[in-house]
Amino acid sequence: MTPNDPIDPEIRKRQKSRALVMALALGAFVLLLYGISIAKMALA
Amino acid sequence: MYMASVTIKAEALPADWRDFVALTKPRVMTLVVFTGLCGLLAAPVTIHPVLGFTAILCIALGAGAAAALNQWYEADLDALMKRTAARPLPAGRMDKQSALHFGVGLGAFSVLLMGLALNWLAAAILAASILYYVIIYTVWLKRRTPQNIVIGGGAGSFPPLIGWAAATGNVAVLPVLLFLLIFLWTPPHFWALSLFVRTDYAAAGVPMLPVVAGPKTTRNQILLYTIPMGIAAVLPWPLGLSGPIYGIAAVALSLVFLFLAIRVYRNDATEAAAMRPEKKLFAFSVIYLFAIFGALVLDRWMI
Repeated sequence: MTPNDPIDPEIRKRQKSRALVMALALGAFVLLLYGISIAKMALA
Repeated sequence: MYMASVTIKAEALPADWRDFVALTKPRVMTLVVFTGLCGLLAAPVTIHPVLGFTAILCIALGAGAAAALNQWYEADLDALMKRTAARPLPAGRMDKQSALHFGVGLGAFSVLLMGLALNWLAAAILAASILYYVIIYTVWLKRRTPQNIVIGGGAGSFPPLIGWAAATGNVAVLPVLLFLLIFLWTPPHFWALSLFVRTDYAAAGVPMLPVVAGPKTTRNQILLYTIPMGIAAVLPWPLGLSGPIYGIAAVALSLVFLFLAIRVYRNDATEAAAMRPEKKLFAFSVIYLFAIFGALVLDRWMI
C-alpha cells in the first residue's frame, strides 16, 4: 500500500471504534486516579 | 486491486475491541471478581469505597490478563475444540502478537495499579496468581498431566486472598481457608464438566482425567475431593472465624454438593446425553461458590 492509496473503509471503521474505546478507557482511568488521590488524602 | 483489498482484509484488519474484551473471558471473570470482593468485604477493616473499587478492578484486570495470555498460548488447542473454536484467536479475528501485547500490558497495569493504590503485598499476590495461571497451569501442566486441574486450580483460588490483602495489608487464616476451599472445589467442578465434554478434550489431546483414566476414576475422584472441600468450607465456623449464618449455609450447601457428587458417583453413563447428574453438579458447583462467599459476607456484616 502506498501513501496515495485510500485506506480500506473497514480498517478505518475498526481504527475509529478502537480509538473511541481507548479514549473512554483513558478518561475513566484519569477519573479513577483523581478518586484514588482524594481517597488517599482523606485517609491521611 | 481486488486481490490487494482481500489480502488487507485477511491479514491486516485490526481486531475489533469486542474481541479484546472476549479475550479476557468475562464470564469466568464474574466468579473471580465476586470471590475477590467477598475476600475484601470479609476482612475485619473497612476500606474506602474508591480504593475497594480499585482493588476489585485490579483483580478483574489481572484475571483478564491471565485469560488473554492463556488464549495466546493455547490458540492451536482452542482451534481443535468445539467449545473454544470461536474465540478470537482460533477464529482468525485477531493476530497472536496483539493478544500477547494486550495480556502482558493489562497484567503489568493491574499489578502496578494495585501496588500504587492499595499495597504491594496485594500486588505481589496478584502478580503471583497471573504467573501461576499462565506459567504453571497453561504452559507447564495443562498438556502434560491429568493432575492439571488439581494443581492449576490454585490459580483461581487467589482472589479472596488478594481482596483480603488489599483491605488489610496482611494475610490471615480465614482467607487462607477460602483459598483452600476454591482449590479443593476446582477439581470436582472441572471434572464434572470434563466428563460431558470428554470427546472435545480427547480430540485436542488434553490429558484431562476422564480422557486418561476414564469416567469411573473421575467420578471416584469427584466424590473424594468433595469431602475435604466441604470440611474446608465449614471450618471457619468451628474455628470462630465466622458466625452461624455462614456455618449453617456452609453445612447445608456442602451437603447438597455431596448429595450431587454421590449421584455422579453412581452414574455409569459414558455418553454426554446420559450425564444429567454431571451437568447438575457442574451447574450447582457455580451456585455453591457464589452462595458460600455470599453467606460469608452476610455473616460478617449482619453480626
